[in-house]
Amino acid sequence: MREARTLGDVADLVRSKNAGPFWVTFDIFFATDADYERVAAPGILERRSIADLYRVPPDDVRIFHLPSLRAIKISFPRPVTQGSFTDRDIHAGQQYIPLGQLPVQ
Amino acid sequence: MSRDARDVSVIFPTGMLGGGFPDETIERGIELGADAIAVDGGSTDSGPYYLGTGTAKTTDAAVEHDLHVLLTAAREADIPLIVTSCGTAGTNAGVDWVAGMVDAIAREEHLRFTLSTIFSEQHADAITAALAAGAVKPLPPAGPVDAQVLRSCEHIVGLMGFEPIADALAGGADVVLAGRATDTASVAALALPRGLPPGPTWHAAKTVECGGLCTTNPQSGGVLVDIDDAGFTVRPLDPNSACTPTSVAAHMLYENADPFRMREPSGTLDTSQAEYRAVDDKTVRVEGSRFEPAVQHTIKLEGSAIAGYETIALVGIRDPNILAQIDTWIEILDEILTDRVRALLGLDRAEYETQLTAYGHNAVLGGLDPDTATPREVGVLFKARARDQGTATAIAKIANPLLLHLPLRLETHLPSFAFATSPPEIERGAAYEFVLNHTIDVASPVELFRTETTKISHA
Repeated sequence: MREARTLGDVADLVRSKNAGPFWVTFDIFFATDADYERVAAPGILERRSIADLYRVPPDDVRIFHLPSLRAIKISFPRPVTQGSFTDRDIHAGQQYIPLGQLPVQ
Repeated sequence: MSRDARDVSVIFPTGMLGGGFPDETIERGIELGADAIAVDGGSTDSGPYYLGTGTAKTTDAAVEHDLHVLLTAAREADIPLIVTSCGTAGTNAGVDWVAGMVDAIAREEHLRFTLSTIFSEQHADAITAALAAGAVKPLPPAGPVDAQVLRSCEHIVGLMGFEPIADALAGGADVVLAGRATDTASVAALALPRGLPPGPTWHAAKTVECGGLCTTNPQSGGVLVDIDDAGFTVRPLDPNSACTPTSVAAHMLYENADPFRMREPSGTLDTSQAEYRAVDDKTVRVEGSRFEPAVQHTIKLEGSAIAGYETIALVGIRDPNILAQIDTWIEILDEILTDRVRALLGLDRAEYETQLTAYGHNAVLGGLDPDTATPREVGVLFKARARDQGTATAIAKIANPLLLHLPLRLETHLPSFAFATSPPEIERGAAYEFVLNHTIDVASPVELFRTETTKISHA
């Protein structure tokens, strides 16, 4: 088997959704403690890397670790308010794709 | 588990009234001893249009179906039925819409009961006065609001907590139809007046607010939640589904920016110390949730304003030569359009907006898309927004020959692309935007809400 290289490969599920009209939130679930710990380790999902990926200010990014659920949650204010003229994804349900392609090695 | 007289057991049949559920799941919940049925009818999640227009996302037939099952079951068992955020946005029109259906069902089924309707629309003038008094505050990432923004709103609603609903139940209501409310207000209105502890109550209410979403099979129907002095227990109403500690705990992540803390009008739920344990292969027990009462009671406001009028058009492109340079084609089109709109309509860029999104290429993620491969086929959605419908359509008509024929190089033959409709211009009417993300300080949790109680008697 090829060694997994992206967050989407390592995680069981990566998803995104609005958290109200002004925030977007991402949930990452892992199947095993080893997978969770690999990604939760320092240096992989940092505010800086998320900010670069989504072109948002790093200070706006909130990251939560939930080891008992083997989950990591990331939230930041929507760069574009839900339903405004340039909003491309009304429910923000497809915004997880760049996150899923983040390298984790 | 033995039941204390104060314990409360609530059916939450679906994530949204009109979303549907197997009828037998309601019978099962009542057989299991439910004390009430609660369901939510709305959300902001479908966008600002519904609050702006005061119309519902769901169709009459779907809401009537769900209401018919729930109302007849609740009346037969003589337990309360609570619907919150009626009509998607919880406007007064939304409450009236659901109340009309309830009355029609009562007539058809010869029902008698006490109905309370609770209205949560706010007048811009009253909020402006509160703003002047310093009682209106922004939530992150919003900035301050001004009177002009408040006056621009087509509708403003306040999100009620449990208190107006609890008052209606205490006043003898059998059926409560509430305007905009927090997703958790209905379950809390059933539990807190019995003296049940707020930590488990609010956590239970949050867990079930999307119906079966806290189960292993979200499509299967709703859940039954039992709240007691020490915690809560939740199980699915469909015997083929299950609640597991993971499915229940994971629901605190869903559509929440913070997975541990959730603000209610009267305080903050803290689930960081909650423990989730399997009672059997379908039932989960949760204990340890805490609630921190707020010093100041706050009501969250939602407002939607008209931001212009829109006309759209969809054109399909299959030509590989164009698709190889689709971003360039869009840039050229946008430049020519800007010049022609200025020349023909005398409008500068600041007076209107256009957007060209290439479905099949990067419409969903734009510049964030990590995949830059050449697409096989693209649908370019053209969108124009202007101060009135006529101007938006005029801009779209100026774009029409470009969308149909724009070549990449002038020396080539004139291509024609694939419009999806004739005429290609589709008028979308008014476009709305959410313009409030603010709270208002209140002295009383019920002062912004108005309740009407009537006897329905169609015996």
